[in-house]
Amino acid sequence: MSASPLVEAKGVQPTFTAAPWRERAEEALIPPLVALLVALICGDLLILSYGQSPAAVYRMLLEGTWGNAYGFGQVLYKATTLAFTGLAVSFGLRAGLFNIGAESQLAAGGFAAALTGLVLPGGTPLALALLVCMIAAGFAGGVVGSVPAYLKTRFGAHEVIVTIMLNFIVLALLNWFIAGHLHVPETLHTPEIHAGVLPRLADIDSRFHGSAANLALIVAVLVAIAVWFYLFRARGGYELRAVGLQPQTAEYGGISVNRVWMRALTFSGVIAGMGGINYVLGYKHYYEDGFASGAGFLGIAVALVGRNHPFGVIIAAFFFATLSQGGLAIHAFVPKQMMDVLQGVVIIAVATAVPEVRRILRGARGRSDA
Amino acid sequence: MISGAAPKSASVVPAIRMDGIDKSFGAIRANRGASVEVMPGEIHALVGENGAGKSTLMRILGGLMKPDSGHVEVNGRDVTGWSTNEAIAAGIGIVHQHFMLVPTLSVAENLVLGAEPKTRGIVLDYKHAADDVRKLSNETGLVIAPERLISDLSVGEAQRVEILKVLFRGARILVLDEPTAVLSPPEVRELWTVLRRLRDKGDTIVLITHRLDEVVEISNTITVMRAGQTVARVKTSATTPAEIARLMVGREVSLSAGKRVQPSGRPTGPPDKGLEARSLIVMGSRGIRVIDGVSFTVRPGEIFGIAGVEGNGQTELIEALAGLRPVFAGEILIDGADITRRSVAQRHDAGLSHIPEDRQRRGLILEYTVANNLILGVQKHFSSRGIIDSTRVMENAMQEISSFDIRPPNPVLTARSLSGGNQQKVVVAREMGREFSVLLASQPTRGVDVGAIEFIHQQLLDARAQGKAILLVSAELNEVLALSDRVAVMYRGKFAVVMPAAEASEEVLGEYMIGTKKGNTA
Repeated sequence: MSASPLVEAKGVQPTFTAAPWRERAEEALIPPLVALLVALICGDLLILSYGQSPAAVYRMLLEGTWGNAYGFGQVLYKATTLAFTGLAVSFGLRAGLFNIGAESQLAAGGFAAALTGLVLPGGTPLALALLVCMIAAGFAGGVVGSVPAYLKTRFGAHEVIVTIMLNFIVLALLNWFIAGHLHVPETLHTPEIHAGVLPRLADIDSRFHGSAANLALIVAVLVAIAVWFYLFRARGGYELRAVGLQPQTAEYGGISVNRVWMRALTFSGVIAGMGGINYVLGYKHYYEDGFASGAGFLGIAVALVGRNHPFGVIIAAFFFATLSQGGLAIHAFVPKQMMDVLQGVVIIAVATAVPEVRRILRGARGRSDA
Repeated sequence: MISGAAPKSASVVPAIRMDGIDKSFGAIRANRGASVEVMPGEIHALVGENGAGKSTLMRILGGLMKPDSGHVEVNGRDVTGWSTNEAIAAGIGIVHQHFMLVPTLSVAENLVLGAEPKTRGIVLDYKHAADDVRKLSNETGLVIAPERLISDLSVGEAQRVEILKVLFRGARILVLDEPTAVLSPPEVRELWTVLRRLRDKGDTIVLITHRLDEVVEISNTITVMRAGQTVARVKTSATTPAEIARLMVGREVSLSAGKRVQPSGRPTGPPDKGLEARSLIVMGSRGIRVIDGVSFTVRPGEIFGIAGVEGNGQTELIEALAGLRPVFAGEILIDGADITRRSVAQRHDAGLSHIPEDRQRRGLILEYTVANNLILGVQKHFSSRGIIDSTRVMENAMQEISSFDIRPPNPVLTARSLSGGNQQKVVVAREMGREFSVLLASQPTRGVDVGAIEFIHQQLLDARAQGKAILLVSAELNEVLALSDRVAVMYRGKFAVVMPAAEASEEVLGEYMIGTKKGNTA
């Protein structure tokens, strides 16, 4: 491409400037921190209203969560499930889709992992059993996720409605299976699995004794890395994010929006489904009805607070797990429901702070389109 | 041509006086000591390249931003740093480039929005509102039926509503930001009539533009800005377009638009190559034929220009050719191969390149970096085994940035942070920087400054010289005439006429554009 002879102003050497990463870091970090501050202040007021000292309660909260190995193990265990559901929701959001179905996808994944563990013979090597169980869990979650994906791309049904409704259907079906066919008498869970039992953290370091944290944690981190790599290094991720940001432009760029949506919702289901291994393979070794109720919905908050970035999601999962475990630690002084209130405050604060803080940051830094 | 602009005596207080305005956004200095002075009752043109700081200056005037330093006076009153509400109360009305109307409401409802007349407490008195609108409409010549829905209006009509809206709020100082960017020639003439009438009524008008022909036609005085500074304030009668262009760009420019630049009688490529459409029919959203049996060929080494008032099917034609809109009947061929049912990606591979008419909605992913935008549509050529090769993406970006003079020359900036002209250069660089045999160029220079227009035109001519088949759609009649070998006029989904550009003129095409003349579509 030869430049116009009339335009002599070229030869400007392209340069990289380091500025954007700082801006991006500010935009990524400041809103959650502002939200946290708001939540802390609300927490103070709530604690005061119970006639307790905020400092004492917060100290107790920290001691009960990060202060001892057991509490910390519990935080890690809860964070693991939330990381899976958070990653699942954020993966959908990157393509512009709201997956409210992580709840039932997680349950379906856990159910499939338990079935697989029951079917596999007792002596199956752990690596193989884990792999097969994870594939089964991911497959089950993916099947649940592919239903709204298909209905959306084929008929234009809104994924929010379909995923919400599908939660009821899938959870009821699972309940029927368990209650009607597979349960151990007097319980609502399956028999214990024969293969695929994941080592707990306590098996490696005895200080974690009693906590449910297990090696699914490492799987969660690996999945986060894989999601990050896919979103930001792979062509599929380039296309997925393009569809999420500007579907019309993506279409113009030769990207099949429907295909991307199909892929994104299905894989969102796969990720949520794999989260089922944390409870089934790592903790109880059976599927129990309602084993992680709420974790799918909380995944939406985790994705939101984690700013849809895989590593942000990991941090947010850890944060929400801390709140949830912390509620138990302070229960003697203030009701543990206070933590539910705080979670709500954080979600509202983040939802408000993200656009608002962005606007302020932009305004301060400025953008000229004169 | 130039009317009004009676010499003002020194005692007349300027309607707008802005002096020594500084405004920075981080490292970017949008205004540095800019000044502008507008006398009451004149049409003042504020001209400059994209990013010269015109809009920033007017936003400060309208209270949307506060200056870092400098003074703003309106009718002799110091109003530096006022708010938008104060500005509106003082009679400043800004008509933005992008319309801010509620499409599902009627004209009258849009006009009274925020100040709805009420009867019996809560019932809105739309009849009264409609009467008010009709009265204002008659006074100003901005004719529009108050009960029509905004979504049914043409772009030109929507703009009339925007102007009515600010007048309705009592504006006496009107600022219009690139008002003609979306208008057809007859609509532009109507707008000029309205503006002249408002001026003669005593209103003050500031026109932000970078079209020099408009400046010369309509304005009384001109302020030229460059790189955030005011470089000249001249009387329109005492200057020439060439002089204004030189002041804007800071060097001599050839005003290629309006001049014939291609040699005539140049041989074109074989007839079975290039782009061909056969009896194309495309349905619109309401089940009507927006393209109704259009056939044409664009040979290699030829620019085929399509003129026409916007909304006559040009957008749909380009979308159908690009694979973004289903074809109801007919065939599309590239280099002899039928691509009618192929996907966008398959058409890319067949050699189709496409500069879309709306760079922000179609052409760019605004949150992506320039480097990532430069591979949109060809991302698979920049990846192996599904992984994007970031080194090659960057190399490509560096190369395109320097050959297309994209500024600032930083591949990791987001597309959003570039000026409109530079955004367009990113699109042009991407679509013309790769292998292609057929180019769809839709409004390739819309909202782009003089220097960049010249550059993009040269790119199109170079591509033609290399034997590319180019379909050019433009609302700018002189652009179509200057670049094309053959021109067609689209009117209500059909070609009203197809003729060699050498035989065409603005007058001839203009009649076909408004439908008063129908001709052969040979």
